[in-house]
Amino acid sequence: MNRLDTLFQEKKANILNIYFTAGYPQLQDTTTLLTLLEETGVDIVEIGMPFSDPLADGETIQGSSQKALENGMTLSVLFEQLRDVRQKISIPIILMGYLNPVLQYGMEAFCKQCKAVGVDAVILPDMPLAVYETMYAPLFQQYGLANIFLITPQTSEKRIRTIDKLSKGFIYMVSSASTTGAKEGFGEEQEAYFQRIQAMNLQNPCLIGFGIANQASFLKACQYAAGAIIGSAFIKAIGQEAPLEEAVKQFVAQVRPQSQLTS
Amino acid sequence: MQYTVNEKGYYGKFGGAYIPEMLYPNVEELERRYLEIMGSKSFQQAFHQLLKDYVGRPSPLYFAKRLSEKYQTQIYLKREDLNHTGAHKINNTIGQILLAKHLGKQRIIAETGAGQHGVATATVCALMGMPCIIYMGKVDIERQKPNVERMKLLGAEVRPALSGSQTLKDATNEAIRDWINHPTDTHYIIGSVVGPHPYPDMVARFQSVISEEMKRQLQEEIGRDYPDYLIACVGGGSNAAGAFYHYLDNPKVQLIAVEAGGKGVASGKSAATSILGKEGIIHGSMTLLMQTEDGQIVEPYSISAGLDYPGVGPIHAHLFDTKRAIFHAITDDEAMQAGVLLSRTEGIIPAIETAHAFAYLEKFTPQPEEVVVINLSGRGDKDLATYIQWQAEKATH
Repeated sequence: MNRLDTLFQEKKANILNIYFTAGYPQLQDTTTLLTLLEETGVDIVEIGMPFSDPLADGETIQGSSQKALENGMTLSVLFEQLRDVRQKISIPIILMGYLNPVLQYGMEAFCKQCKAVGVDAVILPDMPLAVYETMYAPLFQQYGLANIFLITPQTSEKRIRTIDKLSKGFIYMVSSASTTGAKEGFGEEQEAYFQRIQAMNLQNPCLIGFGIANQASFLKACQYAAGAIIGSAFIKAIGQEAPLEEAVKQFVAQVRPQSQLTS
Repeated sequence: MQYTVNEKGYYGKFGGAYIPEMLYPNVEELERRYLEIMGSKSFQQAFHQLLKDYVGRPSPLYFAKRLSEKYQTQIYLKREDLNHTGAHKINNTIGQILLAKHLGKQRIIAETGAGQHGVATATVCALMGMPCIIYMGKVDIERQKPNVERMKLLGAEVRPALSGSQTLKDATNEAIRDWINHPTDTHYIIGSVVGPHPYPDMVARFQSVISEEMKRQLQEEIGRDYPDYLIACVGGGSNAAGAFYHYLDNPKVQLIAVEAGGKGVASGKSAATSILGKEGIIHGSMTLLMQTEDGQIVEPYSISAGLDYPGVGPIHAHLFDTKRAIFHAITDDEAMQAGVLLSRTEGIIPAIETAHAFAYLEKFTPQPEEVVVINLSGRGDKDLATYIQWQAEKATH
């Protein structure tokens, strides 16, 4: 069974998913970060595959992607780094990135490598739903990979139902019309959107992402969804001077209330 | 063979809409409505009225006598350089601003490289009284100062794109990000036949007025409505798409697309996308693009700021793939020589982009009675500094 499914079966709330860009701040930080995130009680990690032209991302993730590429990160390097990752890490791992580098690597070779190293799901925001359905769904199935779809406040109810049917793992709920890291916190409009989605009783759990940077916004997201995804704020935190270990521990401790860890 | 877009938004295997969900409603709205709006009587009337009275269309088809004598053939020039704002770009911006009004949009954004599309967009926004934000790479802002000032004078806000290589592709990324952040009130006026479907088709249709007029003008001039050869330069490819449009299905017309070879196709400093590119995705479209083995997009080079785009419109990727058009790369030097030659032979200083198309005259030998049409896509006023610098460098070498 896919590690994501197991997680969502065992844990229905307060799921914390942290994103970082592979190869940032240093090329070799990938497995260190994975270990630290698991140790600090993070439930899911999303590893960003850096791309030169990340359309859906704000300046923080653009910056970490650019730095990672300068550091020499590629898909081949990443898969090499992840080769033995399942000997130490048991939380679900998701790869997130843009379609072009994956297509150049070869979609089948990519799916095969994902399975080989123990990746559980993939998020490719610029892969159209129709293209996934007609071209790649069988491959994802063959290699046991979940394809995570995004929905936004502008996504129609009909389209959300279609996405819910095609989804495995969870649905990535983008909190507002924005790029990553552009806004912080939620207003009334967003809460209304969260309530609307909650009331749809989708078959897949939802995780809320974009605009979550601290404990207040994390807890707010957890009120309406199974949990939340943090990217830009984490990238900012590990881009500072402090040693990685300290930065990760401090960040997770700030976001996740102590009460959630002991329960 | 079908050369125009199919019902799914593809040209053969190229095109489509590879966009994140955040852009889906914006693009879907356009896709659902563009044909209906563009086909409506009121739209067509307003569009053609403005093209006539404001842009100055039809643009002349001029028989270039001295150039014809030099190359021993019959050369006609489609004078898009005589349009208001100095290039073909305005055909598209007039169309899109009218479309934006029909869609009830209140805010316009655009990207620009050399500044020509930015000026054409700022112009139509002033005309319609709409707020206008132009994204332009920081590097381009520094090297295209006069156009930046023109945009500002026209009332537009010019925002520097600070990400990536700070040029056209990054300005396009920034415009797309703006659109993600303003999904309901904003229309994005893309400047070429690039981007997600329906943009490539929509822009090609607006620019197709070029070949529509050309057919009529050739009929009057030579008694048949098509040339033997039709030459246009290609960056993203909007002037070429417009010039080729009504001839795509006429096999008697040899279409020739001229790309920017920069310092030479093998030099590592080039923008010859069809030759150097591989299939991939840029700005929401499956097309040919210059990229590394790992699928990272490469910054191209050309002396002409309007041709240094790492991709090419999907229609052109398809024309290349099906061999419907010949693609040829012209170097910086060949283009500059052709630009100077046209200036001195016909008294027309072409944009450096356009000069690439003229350089192709050196690459083939049409028969004396054959008819060659070159799409003179823009004038060279904006390029004076580059012309002067190039001549100075040649003089010292």
